[in-house]
Amino acid sequence: MTDATLDAAPAAPASARTGAPAAGAPRPVPFRGGGFQPSGRAWAGPLLFVLLIGIWEWGSASGWITPLTLPRPSAVAAVFGELWASGRLWEHLGPSLGRLAVGSALGLAAGIGVGLMIGLFSLARAGLAPLVAALFPVPKIALLPLFVIWFGIDEASKYALIAFGVFTPTVVATYGGVDNVDRSLIRMGQSFGLSWRSIVLKIVLPGAAPAILSGMRVSLAIAIILLVAAEMLGAEHGVGAFVLTAGSLYDLESLFCGVAILSALGLAVSFLIGRLERRLLDWRG
Amino acid sequence: MDLRLDAVSHAYGGVEVLRDVTLEAPAGRITCLVGPSGCGKSTLLRLLGGLERPDAGRALMLGDPPAGSLNPLTYVFQHFALLPWRTVAGNIRLVLEDHPLSRAERDEIVADVLARTRLTDFAKAWPRQLSGGMRQRVAIARALAARPAVMLMDEPLSALDAQTRELLMDDLVALWGRERFTAVYVTHNLAEAVRLGHRIAVLSRRPGQVREIAEIDTPLEDRRPDDPALVAVQADLWRLLREEAADADRELTGA
Repeated sequence: MTDATLDAAPAAPASARTGAPAAGAPRPVPFRGGGFQPSGRAWAGPLLFVLLIGIWEWGSASGWITPLTLPRPSAVAAVFGELWASGRLWEHLGPSLGRLAVGSALGLAAGIGVGLMIGLFSLARAGLAPLVAALFPVPKIALLPLFVIWFGIDEASKYALIAFGVFTPTVVATYGGVDNVDRSLIRMGQSFGLSWRSIVLKIVLPGAAPAILSGMRVSLAIAIILLVAAEMLGAEHGVGAFVLTAGSLYDLESLFCGVAILSALGLAVSFLIGRLERRLLDWRG
Repeated sequence: MDLRLDAVSHAYGGVEVLRDVTLEAPAGRITCLVGPSGCGKSTLLRLLGGLERPDAGRALMLGDPPAGSLNPLTYVFQHFALLPWRTVAGNIRLVLEDHPLSRAERDEIVADVLARTRLTDFAKAWPRQLSGGMRQRVAIARALAARPAVMLMDEPLSALDAQTRELLMDDLVALWGRERFTAVYVTHNLAEAVRLGHRIAVLSRRPGQVREIAEIDTPLEDRRPDDPALVAVQADLWRLLREEAADADRELTGA
């Protein structure tokens, strides 16, 4: 049967070919696929970065950009070198990293916990989801004075601010992730008599992990913004305080140096989340 | 252990899916449920395994499950329901972790069911790396690991291509030959039912009712697809189902 169809196939074009040679001439099928598939182009990011800084440096060197409007990148680098050599870098970066770590950890833990509750319990969803939706748009920086009254002027109020800023997006990401866990997997867990705890820990949480991790990308960026804000409003040391001091002195080199450190911090956080994703989500291939 | 549905009726939000179904699944035999789509076959299976509570009637276990059974009523799902974040061995271990077994005992059970389903070489593979047929083998291995009294199989071969289905049917026949497991096997495929079923219950369209129960005496291992007796049974079943299926096909799906 297959033979017959194979034999019949070439016969039809042969008869057609004798008819109109020009109009029916064979031509390749035009390609219409491709695109819409982001793939690794790891070199593009650093290249653009280097290119922009190169143009900027060249502009400053040639006098096209005056040092009053934008400091020269090499001058900013010199400030950084000085900070590094004098040890003042760690004086600022150390406390900042500590605040970021403690505040984010608190916010993530609370956010994942509440997100799981909203995802798992109808009552928690009905009660807490609107509350979180109401808290989400509140600019957390505006609440810093409140936190200072509650937790004091020193570290605790900064932790609270960062934790609160991390909390709301984490809640939303977590319960969105829980909602998207394949119900048939949960049904499977129940059908094998798994305990509630096992179902949550081994099915729901890993299923929500991709969403939680991508939520972390957003929430930790927010954490850095809030860190700086908190340090600007009341801190002796910290990258935020450093930037604020530089700004009030119109020391543009130091200001840019601080901003560059913050950017680097953001990159480092994003890199760490990337590593975490690769570790936790290696099953996705 | 036998399983019985006693005058079971069930509805979803006002849509009656099952009406007064009484059915028995005797131990050591495969009971197939066939019926047009939407006739409540899967619902019936969910009621049998306690994943859902019937509106009326009862699902009963008759007799005690064999000693050492970890999960007497164990499902095999149409879409496998494997955890993508666990390896083949990890997926099987999942159903053992909540039982008081030593690590060695668990490893032993996992190795044993992998060997019985010829999956030993794939113990460390991720589900995504496996074909549909292999995934269903893993799901069957997982079910066996729980030492079920009754396997509740919900269209286990329907998500597979025709060739894989044939291979897996052979596997199931061989497995039954060795272990004589009890199963309730839901399918819409009459060829599967005739090949694997000792008893075949035909359900009507929604609301599902048992229209007929056919018994096939030919031993599973002797059943050939071209056996005239089996072909005749299949033709009979199709005659029964045909009108139901045609009517069901024209229904609006409200549910």
